[in-house]
Amino acid sequence: MLKWIEERTGLGTLLRGALFENIPGGARWRYVWGSTLTFTFFVQIITGIFLWMAYNPSTQTAWESVYYIQNEMTLGWLLRAVHHYTANAMIVLLALHLMQVVIDGAYRAPREVNFWFGIGLLMLVLALSLTGYLLPWDQKGYWATKVTTSLMNQIPGVGKEVEQLAIGGSEYGHHTLSRFFALHAGVLPGAMIALIVGHVYLFRRHGITAKKPLRKPDGWFWPDQFLKDTVACLAVIAVVLYLSLDTWIWGQGELGAPLGAPADPTQPFDARPEWYFLFLFQLLKYFPGELEIYGTLVIPGAVVLLIGLMPFIGRWQLGHRFNLAVLFALLLGVGALTSLAIYEDSNPQYAKNLQQARETAARVKVLAQAPPEGQGIPAQGALELLRNDSLTQGPKIFAEHCASCHRYDGHDGLGNKPEEAPSAADLAGFASRDWLSRLVSVEHIATDKFFGNTEFKEGKMVSFVQRKVANFDEAEKDQLSKALIALSAEAQLPAQRTMDRNDAGTIEAGKNHLLDDVGCADCHQFHFEDEDLTAPDLTGYGSKSWLVDMIGDPEHRRFYGDKNDRMPSFLRDGILTDRAVDLVADWLRNDWFEPGGDLAQ
Amino acid sequence: MTRNNSPSISDRRGFFAAGLAALTGLFPLLAGLGVLLDPLRRKSNEAGRLVRIASLSALPDDGVPRRFDVITDQVNAWNHRANVPIGAVYLRRTGEFSVEAFSVNCPHAGCFVEYRRTKHNYLCPCHNSEFGIDGSIQDPSSPSPRGLDALEVDAEKLRQEQEIWIRYQKFQAGKPEKLAI
Repeated sequence: MLKWIEERTGLGTLLRGALFENIPGGARWRYVWGSTLTFTFFVQIITGIFLWMAYNPSTQTAWESVYYIQNEMTLGWLLRAVHHYTANAMIVLLALHLMQVVIDGAYRAPREVNFWFGIGLLMLVLALSLTGYLLPWDQKGYWATKVTTSLMNQIPGVGKEVEQLAIGGSEYGHHTLSRFFALHAGVLPGAMIALIVGHVYLFRRHGITAKKPLRKPDGWFWPDQFLKDTVACLAVIAVVLYLSLDTWIWGQGELGAPLGAPADPTQPFDARPEWYFLFLFQLLKYFPGELEIYGTLVIPGAVVLLIGLMPFIGRWQLGHRFNLAVLFALLLGVGALTSLAIYEDSNPQYAKNLQQARETAARVKVLAQAPPEGQGIPAQGALELLRNDSLTQGPKIFAEHCASCHRYDGHDGLGNKPEEAPSAADLAGFASRDWLSRLVSVEHIATDKFFGNTEFKEGKMVSFVQRKVANFDEAEKDQLSKALIALSAEAQLPAQRTMDRNDAGTIEAGKNHLLDDVGCADCHQFHFEDEDLTAPDLTGYGSKSWLVDMIGDPEHRRFYGDKNDRMPSFLRDGILTDRAVDLVADWLRNDWFEPGGDLAQ
Repeated sequence: MTRNNSPSISDRRGFFAAGLAALTGLFPLLAGLGVLLDPLRRKSNEAGRLVRIASLSALPDDGVPRRFDVITDQVNAWNHRANVPIGAVYLRRTGEFSVEAFSVNCPHAGCFVEYRRTKHNYLCPCHNSEFGIDGSIQDPSSPSPRGLDALEVDAEKLRQEQEIWIRYQKFQAGKPEKLAI
């Protein structure tokens, strides 16, 4: 049977040829790197094809399909993690392989061409990493790749054209993804296969460069070196699996490879490349404007050229030592630049931005889940979920447009504490029972949490509280507290839904107190109309529609009319869009999607 | 029939055969050339378009820049969508009827530049380029080759309708001159 196969295919001869390679001085651990790289390349091809079965490159489906692989498909997170961390491992293995080759002088004649094939392969692996980084179309990949493609513009003469061809037009869009994907899954792996074939062919033609002095008699590749190579590959698998599973093992953090929030050209992100490109990223910081091309093209190009010339330099008497010095200087330089990049990012602002980006990413993944756990991703893409989410968008709008006067629990909505004192009310818990009871209290009303820094500091409301409410007897105090419960119920706040339902009787009584007893209706309308009453209408106070109308036009006579103190009419004057006002109103009312909660209805 | 000499690729017939084969091999590449180079024909769909950003009253007169989304129609290959946020700008009031607009994208490599309230300037979080409040390069060691890209604000609409309309454009990164994409 074996003979039959051998006669028809020559398989046995081929196999013997492959396995019985002479290893001068016998098998050694230092020869394993090439095999581990071949192995990781196969891992990438195979896991890549599996990912391909579920990935969809367009601006409305890339993040979404990766989310689906990561969070919904069986063991999808593991597949993605293996692909991601094997890519990382490849970079480390490449560095080790290059070191071994240079240290052992394996670049010397007649192996120059094979050395160049190796450099070509190194470049291809870096290109694969770069193109792969964009494919999830998350904020990280989007902004980092934007930097890379923008830098293409610096190529003299044809920069703009190169950039346009890379991104598939003049703007990022569907074709950026389809091009990067074609490069990542087609062109670059194809080129790699061609170079690997050449690399291995030339390697076998010239044989292994044995480390002198030979410690043992010559051996065969099979089985000694083969076993060592296999053990090394198993070690690579162990490392990749550990990196893929570490969050699962330790029970904290996200499973597998990270996935940020969907790419959004309107939201800032502190773009950083993958760790092995940080040295190039850091290098760019040192060249001012007109000299920038040294950081982007000249120095990196010169370094690659210098490595490429190593076979020739190595012919000189001191050439090999020079090459070794270059290699270690490079490793040192790369290490130093990488450390500096990491060091410079260890500042509170960067940490805060990173944290915020993580929170946004976590939130969009909650929303993206299929109902009822989430909202499900609409056809326009997951970004739409985020843009309509009051929990994440509300604070941003508040910080940008409201926090120059208002505060939210002392900060600007995003946790920053502005230096200047607030000049309008603190809106955290707006219209809730607690907030209202503090508003209508002698201790708080004239502080900077409420009217303290506004034109109303000495207005009727403040003096009403300070003179009348301060002197309420017990019965009146009870009526007031019921009236405030009734007023708070007008807001129909999701957080108070159960309380409001349970206190229906108190609310009914409170409404009557509000109208007849405690004095509110002397100035405010409340489910009745009276043109002479000029204080803000309390009908539906704090409800979504009340708040939207109030933010939209505080100068409307339902609200402050001509007594309005500085508050812009955000809708009437077109300062904010309807959607933005909706979002900030929902956020102030703590009304946002919660998985499975009845807030969702 | 027997062969009396082995063919060489350097003789005329061999050269012809090799050349012809190379051309044949090029065939699929030539077929795809049009699609490959098609992006060079695509002009920015935003170039020079006037976009309403906000009303003048949206900008306080404290001279502090505010960030606004640019909401307009978007062409993304085969998709046409109306009123979607496609980018952002910084707007700053410089007088009763004058507004300054800057692209949020750093002219160095396109990162999202952030306004810092504490220092009253702009910082690019990528390679630390610093820009003054007027958009000019503040720190001479900044890698950015030019100041922030100012965008044209429609003066007539500003004065007559108190509306901020800007000519939304993107500019080539990494060049000292401001060249529209």
